Amino acid sequence: MDRTTTEWNVSLNARASLLAVVLLVLGLGLWEGLNQVPILGGGGELSEYEQLMAGADETAKVPPPSEVLVRAWEELSNPFYDAGPNDKGIGIQLGYSLYRVLTGYLLAAVIAIPLGFLIGMSPLMYKALNPYIQVLRPISPLAWMPLALFIIQDSEASAIFVIFICSIWPMLLNTAFGVAGVRQDWVNVARTHELSPLKTAFQVILPAAAPTILTGMRISIGIAWLVIVAAEMLVGGTGIGYYVWNEWNNLDLTSVIFSILMIGVVGMLLDLALGAVAKLVAYQE
Amino acid sequence: MSHAFVEVQQAAKRFPGAKGEPDLTVFENVSFQLEKGEFVCIIGHSGCGKSTIMNALAGLDQFSDGTMVMEGKEIDGPGLERGVVFQNYSLLPWLSALENVRFGVRARWKAWSDAKVTEHSLAYLEMVGLKDVVGRKPAQLSGGMRQRVSIARAFATKPKLLLLDEPFGALDALTRGVIQDELIKIWSQDQQTVFMITHDVDEAILLADRILLMTNGPEARIAEAVEIDLPRPRQRGEIVKHPHFYTIRNYLVDFLVNRSGELRTADLDRRGLRYPEAVNPVERASADTPAASDGQRASADTTHDTLVTFTPKETHHG
Repeated sequence: MDRTTTEWNVSLNARASLLAVVLLVLGLGLWEGLNQVPILGGGGELSEYEQLMAGADETAKVPPPSEVLVRAWEELSNPFYDAGPNDKGIGIQLGYSLYRVLTGYLLAAVIAIPLGFLIGMSPLMYKALNPYIQVLRPISPLAWMPLALFIIQDSEASAIFVIFICSIWPMLLNTAFGVAGVRQDWVNVARTHELSPLKTAFQVILPAAAPTILTGMRISIGIAWLVIVAAEMLVGGTGIGYYVWNEWNNLDLTSVIFSILMIGVVGMLLDLALGAVAKLVAYQE
Repeated sequence: MSHAFVEVQQAAKRFPGAKGEPDLTVFENVSFQLEKGEFVCIIGHSGCGKSTIMNALAGLDQFSDGTMVMEGKEIDGPGLERGVVFQNYSLLPWLSALENVRFGVRARWKAWSDAKVTEHSLAYLEMVGLKDVVGRKPAQLSGGMRQRVSIARAFATKPKLLLLDEPFGALDALTRGVIQDELIKIWSQDQQTVFMITHDVDEAILLADRILLMTNGPEARIAEAVEIDLPRPRQRGEIVKHPHFYTIRNYLVDFLVNRSGELRTADLDRRGLRYPEAVNPVERASADTPAASDGQRASADTTHDTLVTFTPKETHHG
């Protein structure tokens, strides 16, 4: 029975990989095939339009994957070049975005986790703060942008503030939820061993609530990475969001598609990193 | 009398009733003493407030009335001089077996070096036969092993009073027997005072010097304190062959099945009872005349020839 199960697993993985590759080839093939630039003039004389537009097609086409791959190769083989404000390597742009995301995110964590602890441990604080949290939480992070720009008067700091404000809520609520849900048995163990409140917090409540807190942190980093693109489109200057918008203004769709893919890859890596941390603090009851 | 090791006087637990209704009294007028080095079990049906008494002694719960004094000091909140083994083990699941025991030892002796804490913890884990699995997390241990870790943690801190809340309630009979033996071994070595809740009559006879019998709740009382004078060291296999075993056992089972529900609290209070009456079932059975003051007493004196033998299971929830 075990043997067949193992065999089934292996073949399931193998078949899943095969299917994924088939889908990729099919998708890319369709995309490539449907977006080929037609042979100029159908092999005959160039039309007046074609002559005017130096042989360009009448309707703009989405660049095919082959072009995107070539662009990706170019960009990734030299990711850190800096040729002026409007021409920086993809690595530099992603670096700016990551810097903003991580700064805002870490600031949020520094505030949200202790505050969440407080709310989770004290029903009074929970009742007092809950109405504010419920009102502030559903606000789109970008709605804060004008106010942030006015108060902070610095686009860079405003972008970081927007990341801060969007990533604070999941961490705050999950920490409070996790701390409030720590089993009374474990708290009793701390009490019967005369642990000080600080030691109880660090040796019992924190490890007990850590998986829930990490879930909140994982949700937050995902939201922060979603929001940074939009925020940078607004504030401009640097960053992957600005890069996408700038390439759109340049009508360079190949670079737009390439940067979209890069946003996805970096987002996935951020999630994987936090997933690995979550594994470290996970425990089985 | 005046300087018992642990002294509980006139304890009561009440819950406020719904609007217009009187308070619900779980138990009332509960007084008892524990001597140093004594092993005392408390038996009663669910809902009589055994766990509340235990949690109050642990400092995790409070009586509505009454006082608890241990070595001349009032019990006011949890403390390291009182160790607790919970029914659900209460191990910290993110720590290994060794780290769980170390957790207790480190809390008890803060000045100890890491090596000394580990050495001390390992000694107690070895005593409960877990030397080879000290690195495992609780989730990787069986229920019996987890309870052993919990017992090792409690004994390793050398509390003056050890409180066991149905420690073997969730274990199968075979495992329970093995751990009972280990408990006897570790207890006879350290001679701690133990107060234990159990539902298992045989377990109580095997372990206890005295067994406190509680009547049914609400308004429960501790009716009697049964003395178990079987010689120590006791062994599970041998103890049933002792001529007094079934006299004691039948007395206890009879109490749980019949008398715990019939005894009226008013009867107990009228006699001005403060401490539960000390009863020795063997002496009582050998006395020809049943005690006249209590009509129920007659049935209690029946010997094992006439009583049905109850298995522990039947006494579980009554």
